Amino acid sequence: MTRKQKNQQQHTQRQNDQPQNTHPINNQGLNTQRPSAGERYYLGVDVGSVSTNLVLLSENGEVREAHYLRTQGRPLEMIQKGLADLARRYADEQIGGVGTTGSARSLASVVLGADVVKNEITAHAVAAGQLVPGVRTILEIGGQDSKLILLRDGVVSDFAMNTVCAAGTGSFLDQQASRLQLPIEEFGGLAEQADHPVRIAGRCSVFAESDMIHKQQMGHALPDIIAGLCEALVRNFLNNLGKGKTLEAPIVFQGGVAANAGMKRAFEKALDHPVVVPEHHKVMGAVGAALLAREAVQRASGLTRFKGFAMASEDVRAGSWECGDCPNLCEVIEIVESERPIARWGDRCGKWENSLSVIQTERAAEAAAELQQG
Amino acid sequence: MKVTFPHMGNMDIVVKALLEELDLEVIPPPPITKRTLSLGVRYAPESACLPLKINIGNFIEAAERGADTVVMAGGIGPCRFGYYNQVQREILVDMGIDLRMVVLEPPDNHIGELLNRIKVLTGAHSWWRVIKAIRIAYVKCQALDDLERQASRLRCRELNRGDVDRLYQSGRDAIDAASSVKEIRQCRDDALTRMAALPLDHALRPVRIGIVGEIFTVLEPYSNGFMEKSLGRLGVEVSRSLYLSEWVNEHLFKGILPVKGHHRTRKLAAPYLSCAVGGHGQESVGGAIEYAQEGFDGVIQVGPLTCMPEIVAQSILPQVEKDYDIPILTIYVDEQTGDAGLMTRLEAFVDMLERRKQRKEQAAR
Ligand code: SF4
Repeated sequence: MTRKQKNQQQHTQRQNDQPQNTHPINNQGLNTQRPSAGERYYLGVDVGSVSTNLVLLSENGEVREAHYLRTQGRPLEMIQKGLADLARRYADEQIGGVGTTGSARSLASVVLGADVVKNEITAHAVAAGQLVPGVRTILEIGGQDSKLILLRDGVVSDFAMNTVCAAGTGSFLDQQASRLQLPIEEFGGLAEQADHPVRIAGRCSVFAESDMIHKQQMGHALPDIIAGLCEALVRNFLNNLGKGKTLEAPIVFQGGVAANAGMKRAFEKALDHPVVVPEHHKVMGAVGAALLAREAVQRASGLTRFKGFAMASEDVRAGSWECGDCPNLCEVIEIVESERPIARWGDRCGKWENSLSVIQTERAAEAAAELQQG
Repeated sequence: MKVTFPHMGNMDIVVKALLEELDLEVIPPPPITKRTLSLGVRYAPESACLPLKINIGNFIEAAERGADTVVMAGGIGPCRFGYYNQVQREILVDMGIDLRMVVLEPPDNHIGELLNRIKVLTGAHSWWRVIKAIRIAYVKCQALDDLERQASRLRCRELNRGDVDRLYQSGRDAIDAASSVKEIRQCRDDALTRMAALPLDHALRPVRIGIVGEIFTVLEPYSNGFMEKSLGRLGVEVSRSLYLSEWVNEHLFKGILPVKGHHRTRKLAAPYLSCAVGGHGQESVGGAIEYAQEGFDGVIQVGPLTCMPEIVAQSILPQVEKDYDIPILTIYVDEQTGDAGLMTRLEAFVDMLERRKQRKEQAAR
């Protein structure tokens, strides 16, 4: 779909006052119908440093909505924005459960009232297991980090996570695409046209970049260089995360970078196995969180803690301070909703966190007393 | 002479007791904070490992408080720790900080050598005084280890978050203040009883994880992101392969005291790694096997980034993982380790072990 068509579509949406999908980047596989009132959905939210993803999953595990937003260092705002988008078409009663994941999972869980808060590794594994039954290896490359997850009999048996090496992440690929002035979507396609991929030093992003520049100056064809870059990234991934591990098929490749055909091909070449890229590869963390929410709510006899779509317009802020009461000097984080602290974390001793539950019980007692008087 | 020493877990209490018994004026470094680490990072070579950086920070902060002499342990074998005291002295000299270094190296053949080294510090004291001082310090060391063991076992069971740590802290302070063997044991027993009397979830059957790895990062909570505490709060019972009293006994006293040593651990490692590779490489391999044999659900190996002995062990552990069917997670730490990434990995590991455990129990039924 061209940008123009998209704009037109969004325009008609607004006219009909029936906005469908405000998803800015990816429009595939989403429903275009207004949901019927009786259906229940599970909301999965994955807040990472690069993107904030929200999905709605139907009772039988189908993805009905997938929103992909750039976090841009403002996770709170993005969560609320995503929620506001959904609020236009869904009612509180339709949300059967909420799960959060990603590096800002606790934050998201407090704002939304989550039924389950899970780390990204578990969430990704659960999602891949559902969408690609029998999966044994998951390759995941996001913006800031990458993961390798191995499963046996549907249970995670081993994993590795890279949080330090920039040469193995999506951001590096983005950066190189923009340096070559190529839209990232074309990047992968070009790699597929390569005849003789050039060998690029991929251990470190600094070396990789200077090696690429050098190879360009030597006159290598662009597709060959790009294919070489993909192979270098794949080598880096497998060296960093795959050491000493046996990667068995079926293999799933997910995360933002999985859209890149060149990367998929480089993985297939290195592993000598076909690699599956699931349709919702960009939002797998959120899908997993939604699946986990469904599980958690079922266990809690069908009750969700979802606070409702009104949270999208609440005044929620995050603040932090350094506690000086002992040498630990913890960075305490506080979430305030309409002038009222609703969550605190980061303290090692539990002092601040616990003081909040004291406030809450006091407030409950006050409310009870008021009730009796009134 | 105003003596200081580097931090490593509860070592401050132990060394302070030893030196004070010998009538030395002791200035322990202030507790490790972000400032300690950033001082260390600023003045240490970038490629040096985390323990060296924290040590340097400790010495600078102690010197600020007037310390003029450092006592620290040395090491042998192919681990950089062995020459740290030299490197550290040079760094401090470059900074214009003039600290005398007294290095307690493991004796080559006889405990008497160690006593002689301690005597450098103590001058005219009788042997009897020296031995009495060592005894007090060692009893404190064991008492503190007992508290730590209990805390790591109970933390996952506490109903009010922070209870166990509060009692652990007050027990630690009491032992610090105690001055006779009898009093130390009394403090320990009090603390243990009070911990056991806390409101605890006795029905819980937690996942059990054993921690192996390089001594500093295993013993010093600041360096490993307070891993034992985090795991406890994720509902895990934690055991550690290494306690200070064991290390002191093996490395400084040549194993003459009747506490559990790592002889068996090293023996278990032998089929995989038969020679010493420095540091605790061999113990990491053997320790993982020991935990597997004791029925633990998983093992975490922790070490400073670029730690050679741990890298050797890490390359062997996948085989142990397979042979003994026990998941092993390796975590390297340095000054750039972020809390969030560490928590994610710990959580995912615990999740994985929990699911595995459920499976196994279902299969057994
Ligand atoms: S929050 Fe607790 S542990 Fe952290 S600095 Fe304050 S008193 Fe110390």
